[in-house]
Amino acid sequence: MAEAVGVAAESLAGDRARAARTVLDQVVLPGEELLLPEQEDAEGPGGAGERPLRLNAGTRSRGRVVCGPGLRRCGDRLLVTKCGRLRHKEPGGSSGGGVYWVDSQQKRYVPVKGDHVIGIVTAKSGDIFKVDVGGSEPASLSYLAFEGATKRNRPNVQVGDLIYGQFVVANKDMEPEMVCIDSCGRASGMGVIGQDGLLFKVTLGLIRKLLAPDCEILQEVGKLYPLEIVFGMNGRIWVKAKTIQQTLILANILEACEHMTADQRKQIFSRLAES
Amino acid sequence: MKETPLSNCERRFLLRAIEEKKRLDGRQTYDYRNIKISFGTDYGCCIVELGKTRVLGQVSCELVSPKLNRATEGILFFNLELSQMAAPAFEPGRQSDLLVKLNRLLERCLRNSKCIDTESLCVVAGEKVWQIRVDLHLLNHDGNIIDAASIAAIVALCHFRRPDVSVQGDEVTLYTPEERDPVPLSIHHMPICVSFAFFQQGTYLLVDPNEREERVMDGLLVIAMNKHREICTIQSSGGIMLLKDQVLRCSKIAGVKVLEITELIQKALENDQKVRKEGGKFGFAESIASQRITAFKMEKAPIDTSDVEEKAEEIIAEAEPPSEVVSNPVLWTPGTAQIGEGIENSWGDLEDSEKEEEDEDGTDEAIILDSLKMDTGVEVSNIGSQDAPIVLSDSEEEEMIILEPDKNPKKIRTQTISAKQEKAPSKKPVKKRKKKRAAN
Repeated sequence: MAEAVGVAAESLAGDRARAARTVLDQVVLPGEELLLPEQEDAEGPGGAGERPLRLNAGTRSRGRVVCGPGLRRCGDRLLVTKCGRLRHKEPGGSSGGGVYWVDSQQKRYVPVKGDHVIGIVTAKSGDIFKVDVGGSEPASLSYLAFEGATKRNRPNVQVGDLIYGQFVVANKDMEPEMVCIDSCGRASGMGVIGQDGLLFKVTLGLIRKLLAPDCEILQEVGKLYPLEIVFGMNGRIWVKAKTIQQTLILANILEACEHMTADQRKQIFSRLAES
Repeated sequence: MKETPLSNCERRFLLRAIEEKKRLDGRQTYDYRNIKISFGTDYGCCIVELGKTRVLGQVSCELVSPKLNRATEGILFFNLELSQMAAPAFEPGRQSDLLVKLNRLLERCLRNSKCIDTESLCVVAGEKVWQIRVDLHLLNHDGNIIDAASIAAIVALCHFRRPDVSVQGDEVTLYTPEERDPVPLSIHHMPICVSFAFFQQGTYLLVDPNEREERVMDGLLVIAMNKHREICTIQSSGGIMLLKDQVLRCSKIAGVKVLEITELIQKALENDQKVRKEGGKFGFAESIASQRITAFKMEKAPIDTSDVEEKAEEIIAEAEPPSEVVSNPVLWTPGTAQIGEGIENSWGDLEDSEKEEEDEDGTDEAIILDSLKMDTGVEVSNIGSQDAPIVLSDSEEEEMIILEPDKNPKKIRTQTISAKQEKAPSKKPVKKRKKKRAAN
């Protein structure tokens, strides 16, 4: 946290917006103001006229900039609302400013439409199951939202079972709704998770890191033992290996690798591979 | 907010793991999680961490009038609070059953065991006594609150200093810390709670259960004990039948654990005392480990290139001139050579081993071949030793002929011959290495 404090002190001392480009992958704090690159260019880099970004600058539209989680538009300024590292994704097409968001380090999950999550069935009431996903309220899951389920052919789901599903409705102040089928009616991996294996919770940031395409941890883990693993975007991981010992080792590695540097991780994996 | 339910799969896994004598965090049956005690800047303030369970203890004091029936005794007050910060399931402002149970247990453990001398807290009999208040806040909940809370309470009490008071006639003077050093409380002994979780109707037993183990346990036994092995409180909950032997065994384990924890507490207190006396840094900020969220990715370290040239020149100026390199080319095997010294050439070794393998494969034939070619080989080496250090190998097999500068040609010959005659092939590499050294 010392680093974050340092950044805070700096931003307070500076008392003006920093350009988003210069703080990419750095820690930003709630309340900080950011400038997007177009704004800098328009005003001249380093010039006295470096003003906060105007999102509604109609005459000078150079493509859309999307602000993801952790950033908020406040009037014509861009404010940071979460503590974390600022990220940027280059736009796919030629125009547009890409996507900016803040990778924050939180544990509380907020349902997002389209996210794949692991839930625990807490109640069966008529046509729907109540599923705890770690959000502010349980999600609802229809018994028809399983592959091959019909009114006659009900899926076998018990209270306490684990469900891997996807959000189709996730709005503010509304009960989120899950399904275990894709748009074609196929399960595509979703549904009830088996009775064995271990479920454990990690931070949301770690899940995103593990699921990132350039993350080598999963490959390394896969080399150790044969395993089954499910990642829920709500911070839950279900893992199953041949023996309980192996499952425990895998769970502990995944939990521990959050605050390790690349070198430390390499060491751990090589040590495990030896043993 | 509702508590996260425990899934069937977790329950099943936990019970199976316990049957196999394994625990989620890799502990043994009787192991405690790591206990960490850190002190705040003020006296009587501490945080105790038991694994991920954290309890903040804060002791404060106040002059009050005593209870009517105990005119000469100070008052002790304990209050444990389970805030929502510890776990979202705890509701604020409501006395849950768990909270009542924990508070009662704490009082029994610390007040009823008379670990603190309440008589010494009396200032004027019947009029003014010290009221010592121990506030415990659960900061994070990961099971076994009672053990962490009891440790935090006793540590905070040991660490606490109350203002000094003097009584002269009717006049009571309260001194500020600047005028007189505050005095510690007099503590007779340190009772510490040790929890035992029972599973499968008492078949399995675990010390210091964490949150998930607590959820699947059948019964809990809490034993409060001091280091003299005196039981201060014992409480069994969960409604399981315990055998006499089990309780006795638990009390024995508790004795050992309490001894360890007491030592740890004393060490922590001494350490803090020392740091304070030396004027070093203390307080919570010093004891919190930094977990960097940026640790996951390797950052490119910026290299300071401001005065590289000067530094390089400095190094060159300071360094000794490079030693003379002997640049005698050494030809170890056909096709491999070495210039200079000190470089172990592994090429020769490789071929050596290859040859050995070959020999092992078809021993008989190889020997015959070797004996046939022996003459030519010897001749060649003879020629080599006589005039120039060039020896050629004309055999089709991967044969080893070592060329040396003409220092000791005789040895070379014997070496070559011995190689030819297939005497003890395993010794060859050793001999060759000797030769190398001679050459150097």
